[in-house]
Amino acid sequence: MIRVRLPAHLRTLAHIEGEVGLTVQGQVTQRSVLDALEARYPMLRGTIRDHVTGQRRPFVRFFACEQDLSHEPPDAPLPEAVATGSEPFFVIGAIAGG
Amino acid sequence: MSGVRVLVGTRKGAFILTADAKRKRWHINGPQFAGWEIFHLKGSPADPDRLYASQWSGWSGQVIQRSNDGGKTWEPVGNQFTYDGVPGTHQWYDGTPHPWEFKRVWHLEPSLTDPDTVYAGVEDASLFRSNDGGKTWRELPELRNHDTASRWQPGAGGMCLHTILLHPDDPGRIIIAISAAGVFQTDDAGKQWRPANRGLRSEHIPDPTAEVGHCVHRVAMHPSRPGVLFMQKHWDVMRSDDAGVSWREVSGDLPTDFGFPIEVHAHEPDTVYVVPIKSDSEHYPPEGKLRVYRSRVGGNEWEALTKGLPQRNCYVNVLRDAMAVDSLDPCGVYFGTTGGQVYASADAGDSWTPIFRDLPAVLSVEVQTLS
Repeated sequence: MIRVRLPAHLRTLAHIEGEVGLTVQGQVTQRSVLDALEARYPMLRGTIRDHVTGQRRPFVRFFACEQDLSHEPPDAPLPEAVATGSEPFFVIGAIAGG
Repeated sequence: MSGVRVLVGTRKGAFILTADAKRKRWHINGPQFAGWEIFHLKGSPADPDRLYASQWSGWSGQVIQRSNDGGKTWEPVGNQFTYDGVPGTHQWYDGTPHPWEFKRVWHLEPSLTDPDTVYAGVEDASLFRSNDGGKTWRELPELRNHDTASRWQPGAGGMCLHTILLHPDDPGRIIIAISAAGVFQTDDAGKQWRPANRGLRSEHIPDPTAEVGHCVHRVAMHPSRPGVLFMQKHWDVMRSDDAGVSWREVSGDLPTDFGFPIEVHAHEPDTVYVVPIKSDSEHYPPEGKLRVYRSRVGGNEWEALTKGLPQRNCYVNVLRDAMAVDSLDPCGVYFGTTGGQVYASADAGDSWTPIFRDLPAVLSVEVQTLS
């Protein structure tokens, strides 16, 4: 089970409390995790990644295992600890004022 | 029992204000969508319980919300606004070509007859329509593909399509306005568009009377007289008596003709309201006195409405979508400020009351008259 933690605004939007637990088929990557997340919560489409390009929105960051994975290729494998569920995959709103 | 529902969009959420027809005692519901910028909320004229809201943040982008119960509950609907085909370029601030990029929805305009049909005016400027209650959106690309579009430039707030006027009797006739391109109109539901800016004069562009390039801030129309339009331009208050074919200035004796909103009285098509702002760089009322100006003769002759409004040390702005009227008798007039006040008048502007004082900066105000 992949564990995903979302920023508060997105949890409110999707009516989520706490972490999300996802089952991901195949390799565990940013893309496969976010695909699974958006499949379960369609209202999150476009809020983390651009609808058309699939690129991460500029003020969104991806952290896991105390690493900033934001600039990793979307199809790169996520750390083993994320794939096994021992560590969560964080979607973070960057510190950007407001 | 009749009453009003005031839909207020702010920098940090939406607020729904309600009162009975006396408009004396107000109830507030909010913040809804706390922390998000709510550019605009509007109710369907065909079903007052159907509301649409444009919700946006720098982190998460655009969300569209829909309510089927007058704002008690909401559901996110479609937020994919994809330009049709290859979007091309418009002019950037420095004059270079810049690709069209969707940023946000500034204005939502529900159909007059079908609660599931709603138009969205977006930045970068284009017009979208949904026929399924906001689930899916399709661009009306002919506007963005207009011959002049490569010359359009953003205003200081972005290249937004902010005004959508639907003809009360002919669904094919739509008037829109863009900062800073100007007014465009269609007679065939968006297949063909023509600029409607003749008579406008803008000294801040190379050709002051150009076909396009005018920074139109807002256009208003009375539904009983769709051929008459009123405009608050960057500078100048304008009037058209031929549905936008030509314009003439009606700023008259206003203390300044810069401003953002313009609105028409619900029952008197020649009674018009503006909020003069000192200048394009000093976005606050002249002399620190917040005054709504009313013309009862369709422009040129204006009277200051001050009763109940702060007349010293007031330095707020009133944004383009932040003024509205109800259709009770006497007509109610409402506006919100960047200082978070929402003012209401239950006597057509003769006197004002701050119905809420301490909201986040107000981006938009719409009013529903409920029976």
